[in-house]
Amino acid sequence: MTICKRLASALLLVFMSLCGSTSYGEGNQTLFDEGIRLIETGKLKKVADGVDLLINSKHDRSAFILESMLESKLYRHKKQKQLVMLVEKNDKGLLIADLDSLESTRQIGKRKAKRIPLNNKLRGKIKGYLASQNLNADQVSVRKAAIQKLLSALDDETLALIKARALYESNPDVQLLIDTAIALDALQSENETDRLKAIPTLSESLEPAVRNQLTQTATNDTSKAVQLAAQSALEKIEDKIAFYGFVEKIFFGLSLGSVLVLAAIGLAITFGVMGCINMAHGELIMIGAYTTYVIQLMMPNSIGASLFIAVPAAFVVSGLVGIAIERGVIQFLKGRPLETLLATFGISLVLQQAVRSIFSPLNRSVETPDWMAGSIEINPIFSLTLNRLYIILFCLAVFAVLFLVLKRTVLGLQVRAVSQNRNMARAMGVRSEWVDALTFGLGSGIAGVAGVALSQLTNVGPNLGQSYIIDSFMVVVFGGVGNLWGTLVAGMSLGVANKMLEPVSGAVLAKIFVLVFIILFIQKKPRGLFPQKGRAAEG
Amino acid sequence: MSLVSTQQINPIQETIFNRSTVLFLTVLAFVSVFVVICNQFVPVGSALHIPTYTVTLLGKYLTFALLAVSIDLIWGYLGILSLGHGAFFALGGYAMGMYLMRQIGDRGVYGDPVLPDFMVFLNWDELPWFWHGFDMFGLSMLMVVLVPGLLAFLFGWLTFRSRVTGVYLSIITQALTYALMLAFYRNEMGFGGNNGLTDFKDILGFDLQSDATRLTLFLLSAIALALGYIACRYIVTSKLGRVALAIRDAESRTRFIGYKVENVKLWIWSFSAALAGIAGALYVPQVGIINPNEFSPLNSIEMVVWVALGGRATLYGAVIGAVVVNYAKTYFTGALPEVWLFALGGLFIVTTIFLPKGIAGLLSRKEQRA
Repeated sequence: MTICKRLASALLLVFMSLCGSTSYGEGNQTLFDEGIRLIETGKLKKVADGVDLLINSKHDRSAFILESMLESKLYRHKKQKQLVMLVEKNDKGLLIADLDSLESTRQIGKRKAKRIPLNNKLRGKIKGYLASQNLNADQVSVRKAAIQKLLSALDDETLALIKARALYESNPDVQLLIDTAIALDALQSENETDRLKAIPTLSESLEPAVRNQLTQTATNDTSKAVQLAAQSALEKIEDKIAFYGFVEKIFFGLSLGSVLVLAAIGLAITFGVMGCINMAHGELIMIGAYTTYVIQLMMPNSIGASLFIAVPAAFVVSGLVGIAIERGVIQFLKGRPLETLLATFGISLVLQQAVRSIFSPLNRSVETPDWMAGSIEINPIFSLTLNRLYIILFCLAVFAVLFLVLKRTVLGLQVRAVSQNRNMARAMGVRSEWVDALTFGLGSGIAGVAGVALSQLTNVGPNLGQSYIIDSFMVVVFGGVGNLWGTLVAGMSLGVANKMLEPVSGAVLAKIFVLVFIILFIQKKPRGLFPQKGRAAEG
Repeated sequence: MSLVSTQQINPIQETIFNRSTVLFLTVLAFVSVFVVICNQFVPVGSALHIPTYTVTLLGKYLTFALLAVSIDLIWGYLGILSLGHGAFFALGGYAMGMYLMRQIGDRGVYGDPVLPDFMVFLNWDELPWFWHGFDMFGLSMLMVVLVPGLLAFLFGWLTFRSRVTGVYLSIITQALTYALMLAFYRNEMGFGGNNGLTDFKDILGFDLQSDATRLTLFLLSAIALALGYIACRYIVTSKLGRVALAIRDAESRTRFIGYKVENVKLWIWSFSAALAGIAGALYVPQVGIINPNEFSPLNSIEMVVWVALGGRATLYGAVIGAVVVNYAKTYFTGALPEVWLFALGGLFIVTTIFLPKGIAGLLSRKEQRA
């Protein structure tokens, strides 16, 4: 009985809506107002009718109201008997706003308003309506997202919507998705040939909904031929997924490798070119990260721009600290590498404690600017996260700049001269002390720049440097001391190796394997992947 | 690159019991007897009474001193700067810890007669294979020496043969202890994860909390230090020791003369690791816990500073350095925790720049003047 009644009222509503939209100019508004009035009652049955009315009114605000209903933000004020919008729930109760002017908020008690009830059927209906709205949106990305959403819950209505869109869809990507949706529906058809015909289209798609449906078809379908076809389509999809999974691992590996290269490349200069062990290198990275933090504190309103200031600032700050370390300590320990190691380790402890005393031992959070968040979606199962992408690009940029400085500038020439033969360089008029200080400053400055990058990835705290120092040494030693290319190749390959091992063995074991590998590798090639040749190597 | 001038050590005429050794052993014996008397026979209220807490603390310092001596042997006399000696110390400690864990028996929180608490907690059904036999004291003590010794042997065999020296060697020793730390932090390894092994009850049937056991452990540490010191003196004054000095000062030349540099390095290195293991084994029952933090590279490098501060290639310098730095650490971390890292860091810098021969260098300079 009740079903008949509901059906009748629904039909009536459809009829009314048809009349409304054709006969009266303001019909939309009437239907919309009527729908709002029904929803205001807060009774589920009437709400259901109200939703239908809102949908049929094709009013501008329908989508907004329905969406907030779906997000459980539409409330009914009990005393005023009108709809209000929830802004947030807090300890005092509810912060609400009027539907028309969302700016004017007021606080009411928890029990003063009641949420408009919804059931799953209504939710489905609203979702479908919203999707169809999005289906005809102007932006391609919105349309794509709408179809992707619909794929997992196709029914006759939504399919009709999609088919309608197909007639005048111009974007090839969206067209492809539409074809997928139609094929997905065909897979449910009674006709075996239709099902068979649908499968080749589906095998091109990487949507999870398609994969689920195909998996079901491959086992449950009545026809053997369809089962087999579905199976081979699935295999094709799985191959693609495996391939993209592999590409993703490489991408993750390269981004991890970039972090390693960034952390190690400053060391490649101080250790590799100057032959000076700087255990405080990690702390110079940390100083760069804290510089980023301080700069963000100074310009809280423009986080996005602060990074561009932080890079040169961190370079200068870390570079100056580096020069101070070189002038204050390291120059007295020339030719005593083990003592240098100990003294710089002492410096690292002092710097750590200094940061603890100044900034507190707790981690500081450095904000990530908006342009770093987000990702580029290549296809449904593979997307490049922007911050990883930027890290890779940043690493390559730093590497290129450093390479040019060493190969193309006067300073670079002098640095290489001193590193190859100190006495001869001095005889030719190079001020070796001055070059040492600048080289150390350059290496330290690069460490600071690495700190800026790391501040975007990990927590900024006093222990930031310590966690990278061993990795950095491994990269430099693995790549071959005194060889920037070696550092780049070593860092990237260690990063990729780590990420390749991780799913097999877990993150910690992967790291252990890599360490053990390097220890064994050093036995075979004590001078790294790209050893220095000639007399300079013997120094 | 000579660390010590040739006048100071004249290897040909050296005997095991030279003046400094005799002096050191006498002081050690005197201190031990003094501690025993003040702990046992002086009444509690008296100003001279040494509480058992202090005895255990001193015992801990003595195990550190033994560890420092083992580092001095390879750094001072062989020129190998190990930044991973904490690994051998900790491995010895873990071997002892495993014995002590097995001794707990069914007195653990879960009351399992065989499995230690953390294994019950992880829902393990049986003991992993490497835990078998650790209920026997003798075998456990063998492992205390064997595990660090064998690891060092393997590591040294690979490293010295491929002639990895100097800074490279230091860095890969650091990588070794870092890798071990990461491994021991894993619960799956079967060594208690980051909690390590703790909650020990007794050793060979003696209650670990009792004063008598603690005093005995202190005395054992003193004896171990004395024996370790004499053994190191023996090596240093033997022909092997003289070759070691030659390797330290001119490795290539020694090799060209015809000595098997790798073998000399390998044996002294492995011996040093075993000594560090013994120090670890004595350390664990006194502090009552061993956890993966002992593997941390920072710990290992701190040990090197004890030796650097005390003075290399003297052995007694290492003992002085270990005791002084650790006493300072106990004091500062209690009274002024903020200052400790500044002080330790400053110590590294000042020692390397202004005191290349450490405290021992200061002492012998005065001696020469007098």
